[in-house]
This record gives sequence, C-alpha cells and structure tokens, in this order.
Amino acid sequence: MAISEQSAQVRSRPWNVSRNVLEEHLTALLCISPWLIGFLAFEIGPILTAFWLSLTKYNIIKPAKFIGLSNYQEMFTTDKLFWQSLKVSANYAAGSVVLGIVLGVGLALLLNQNVRGIAFYRTGFYLPAVVSGVAVAYMWILVLQQEGILNAMLGYIGIDGPNWLYTREWALPAFILMSLWQVGGGMVLYLAGLQGVPTELYEAASIDGAGRVAKFWNVTLPMISPVIFFNFIIGIIGSFQVFTGGFIITKGGPVDATMFYVLHLYFKAFESLRMGYGSALGVVLFAIIMALTYLAFRASNRLVYYEGRLR
Amino acid sequence: MSDVPLVRQFSDSAEAQRLKRRAQNLRVLGSITSHTTLLLALALVLTPFVWMLATSLKPEREAYLIPPQLFPSRFLWQNYTDALFKYYDFFLYTKNTLIITISVLVGRLLSASLVAFAFARLRFYARDVLFFIVLSTMMIPSQVTIIPLYIIFTKLKWIDTYLPLTVPAWFGGGAFFIFLLRQFMMTINPEMDDAARIDGCSFIGVYWRIVLPLIKPALVTVAIFSFMFAWNDFLGPVIFLRSLEKQTLAVGVHFVNATASPARRPVITVVMAVSTLMMVPPTLVFFALQRYFIQGVVVTGIK
Repeated sequence: MAISEQSAQVRSRPWNVSRNVLEEHLTALLCISPWLIGFLAFEIGPILTAFWLSLTKYNIIKPAKFIGLSNYQEMFTTDKLFWQSLKVSANYAAGSVVLGIVLGVGLALLLNQNVRGIAFYRTGFYLPAVVSGVAVAYMWILVLQQEGILNAMLGYIGIDGPNWLYTREWALPAFILMSLWQVGGGMVLYLAGLQGVPTELYEAASIDGAGRVAKFWNVTLPMISPVIFFNFIIGIIGSFQVFTGGFIITKGGPVDATMFYVLHLYFKAFESLRMGYGSALGVVLFAIIMALTYLAFRASNRLVYYEGRLR
Repeated sequence: MSDVPLVRQFSDSAEAQRLKRRAQNLRVLGSITSHTTLLLALALVLTPFVWMLATSLKPEREAYLIPPQLFPSRFLWQNYTDALFKYYDFFLYTKNTLIITISVLVGRLLSASLVAFAFARLRFYARDVLFFIVLSTMMIPSQVTIIPLYIIFTKLKWIDTYLPLTVPAWFGGGAFFIFLLRQFMMTINPEMDDAARIDGCSFIGVYWRIVLPLIKPALVTVAIFSFMFAWNDFLGPVIFLRSLEKQTLAVGVHFVNATASPARRPVITVVMAVSTLMMVPPTLVFFALQRYFIQGVVVTGIK
C-alpha cells in the first residue's frame, strides 16, 4: 500500500500532473493523426469538392465550368432516369429491408428455442453473408434462368415461374429475393439480442398469465427493438448503395426496371463522363441518406425501447 | 388462465400425469416442427451453392436441360482447368488481389488500432466530439466521395496503380474498424494501464505491450472483415484500375466474361467453375475463423 500512496502523492503534484496530461495529449494527437489526415483528405475534402462539382459541368478533359444549379434542375425536371432510379431503389429498400427483418427475426426465434445444433444452423444461414460480389452475381444468373433451378422448384409446387431477369415486373423482385438469401447476417444479430433478454421477464410474464403470443409482443419485441432498429437503418442505407449486382446481372434493365440509384450515378459519371452531374446525384444521395437516418431516429424515440433509459 | 387454484387443479394425480404427458408431447412436437422448418429453410439457402457446384462439373449441354438434372452424366473437371489456365489469368488476378488485400490489412490493423487506442484509453481535449465525428463518417456513402476521389487520384497520376485502393486504409482504416476496435478496448480494465504507467511505461508502450496483445481476437476480426471486403470489392477496382493485367480477381473475371469475343467467351459451366473457385477463400476463412466472425458481427452490429 505504501507504494501506491507514494505514487498517488507523486501524481498529485501539479507539475507532474500537467506533464502527464501534456504527454497524454501529445500521444493522443500522434495516435489520431492518421485518422485526422485521412478524414480531411478522403472524407471532408472530397465531400466539399462534390458539393462544388455538383454546380459545374466537368468531363475531366476540359476545366470545370460553373453552371449554378442547372444540374439539379435537370435532375428534377428532365432526367426521367433520376426518378426511375429513385423509385427502383426505394422499392428495393422497402421490400428487402421489411421482409429481411421479418424473416431474420422469424429464423432467430426458431433458433432461440433451445433447438439442438444451433451452431450448425447458424453457420449454414450465415454462409451466404460471407460470399458476395461477382461470384454470387453469376450464381444467381444461373439460378434465375428461365429454365433454372428456381423455376424448376416452383414447377414442383405447380407455379409457372417467370423469366425473372428479363421481365420488367419480376426483375426487381428477383433482386429482393437475392437480398433475402443473405438474411443470415441479420439473424445472427437478432439471435444475440434474443439471448440477451433476461429470463426473469418471461417468468414474470408467465405469472401474469401471458401466453406465447403475448410474451412475444410485450417482452421479446420491445427488448430486441434496438437491434431491429439498427438493422433497419443499416439496411435502408445499404439498399440505396446497391451496385455490383445490378451492374453485372442486368445493367439496369430490362427497360430500366433495375436501374438502381448508384448504377445511374455510375453511368452518368463514368460512362458519359459527366462528373458534375454525377456529383449532383451523389449530393442528393447523401441528402436522402441523412434525411432517412434523421427520420428513423425521430421515430425510434416512440418505437424503440432502450432498457436503462430514464423517461 | 382459469380461476381454479393450482392445488385443486393438479390434485388428481391421473389428471396431473395426463397433463405432464401432454406437455411433453407438445414439446417434442414443437421441436420437430422447428427442426423441419429450419432444415427446409437451410436447404433453400444452400440450393444456389449446390446448383452452382453441380453446374460447374457438367458438360455445357447439360446445363440447359429441361427439367434440370442435378447430377452431371460425368464429372467434367476440365471446366476447372479451363477456368484456371485457358480463359482467365486466374493466378495473376489472384496475385493482384492478394497484394491489395495484404497492403490494406497491414495499414488498417496499425492505423485503426492506434486511433481506437486514443479514443478508448486516453483522455484528451474534444475526444468525445471527435469520436462522434468518426461515427458520423460511417453514414457517408462512399459513392458520394468516389467522383472527387477519382479526380484527385487522376491529378496525382494514381489511376491504374494500387495506391487509390490501399493508401486510404493506412489513414485511419475506416470508421467501422475504429469503432469495432474501440468497443473491444473499452472492455479492458483501465487499472492495467495505470499500473503500467506507474512502472514508467509510456502511453505508446501501453498500446503496444498491453492493449494490442489483449485485443488479439478483435484484430483477427478486423483482419477477416478486411480480407472479405477487399476480396469482394468491385466498384473500387472498376473505377481506379485500367489495365486488365493489374485487375483484381472479381473485376478481371467479369471483364473477360463481358468483353471476350464470342469464340473466346467462357461457357456457363466454366463461369460457374470460376465462381466456385472465387468463393473458396472467403468460405475457408469463414469456417476456420467462425468464432471471431460471429463475435465481430455481434459487437459492431454490422454483418
């Protein structure tokens, strides 16, 4: 004890304390400087540049020319693909996120009933979330062919499957289906959330005479609502950024039915070389994501239960 | 619930026995239903993999049979040798991808852990505000910054080099990874730091000797996610790399499939062979290091 008392005394000397604080500050500056530089060079710098570029006409070869709000005007009035891509991304987000949550929570509930082999199932369901990108896109082209395995399976139960990727009505649902295939990622989170619900709550609910359904609505759902909310936000943001699948599988077709927002941005910026217009599309994407996040957080005050939060 | 007192309700032992049996039967029945549903769902989830694998071993003609046949009439391993040696520069693309992946990995592990250490273990002016800024950058969609970055990298003459894909990882390594490592570091008892400080250890010494060894599992998690992201990345290489001989596996394979002349274009069975091969490394990493994976997912909430 003598030593710690002594060192406490030493540390409490003003000069020593301030030297310690100074050292701590210098170390902290050293430690965060990589992030600080990266933040300025690869985040804030480019974002400010994007805002400025969105007010210009620029094709990399000729110098940028300031044209005011013309890009935005074009976007909202004459660019039909802008509205189409917005609609595609919004429909995709709604479908994939809502169905993804329902399926993910459903699977997690099934797994949470002390079934044997929980690790086995968890591994199996999580596997699709591990692979992504090009290889998965090719795999789905094969699965979704007119004569592919999906339609063959639908045929067994008497459904005449459509030519998924080549019909206007079915191309986007096919993409939603592909996203649901990766529902295992969310399921792992819900499962962790479910396992964190204290059993006392269920016991208390039983004593109050709650059945299984009542327990789900009044105990389980409120307790995992923060996880659901988190997945909801991440899911919506992710849906607006879909690119690889659309680029490889359909290139936005048929008849722009899968022209995702970022696909439109890519074509404008990097194939038509309209960097100014592409930046304007990027700025609007940024605004959409910020607005959705803000709305979600406002709604969450009423819809999400945080344990330990005082009202 | 009925109003009959529990004692009277269960006083009849025959009745109690019956109820007990019923409860047991219900439990078994419930378990059977759960397993059936789960197995069915799992079969659905795994079907695309099985189908890809089966097709990758078929002669081309059999890939389009109606109704589809799962098993090939003979196993055509030649699809794989064609994919590896004939149609794609598979080993070159793999080498390129590995160069990028390893460079990103090292830079990210060093810089993200250093930044996370400052936010988790040091007290300094404006720390919480800065950390809030770190978190908010997670919301910035990369597609917003990609056009300005493309222009900046063009001016720097970095296009068609690996620098645009690797250098940013050395500067903070991304908000997601900083957050993940910070969460892990917060769980270490701060008295360890104090003890080391009293023994004359510098703060950097605390980082290197105490914190880093203790968060090894988290570093493995970061390494795994880094590997997966770099391996599967498509938009980055598509935009920043030009020449086919510098491409990553994902983009290189796609370029060949999309642009080869009809005579040189790989048939669907070969495309499935190469897709299978591309999925092997992430799958192996997942199976080998699953524990870290699930842990990382649960701590950060990102799948």
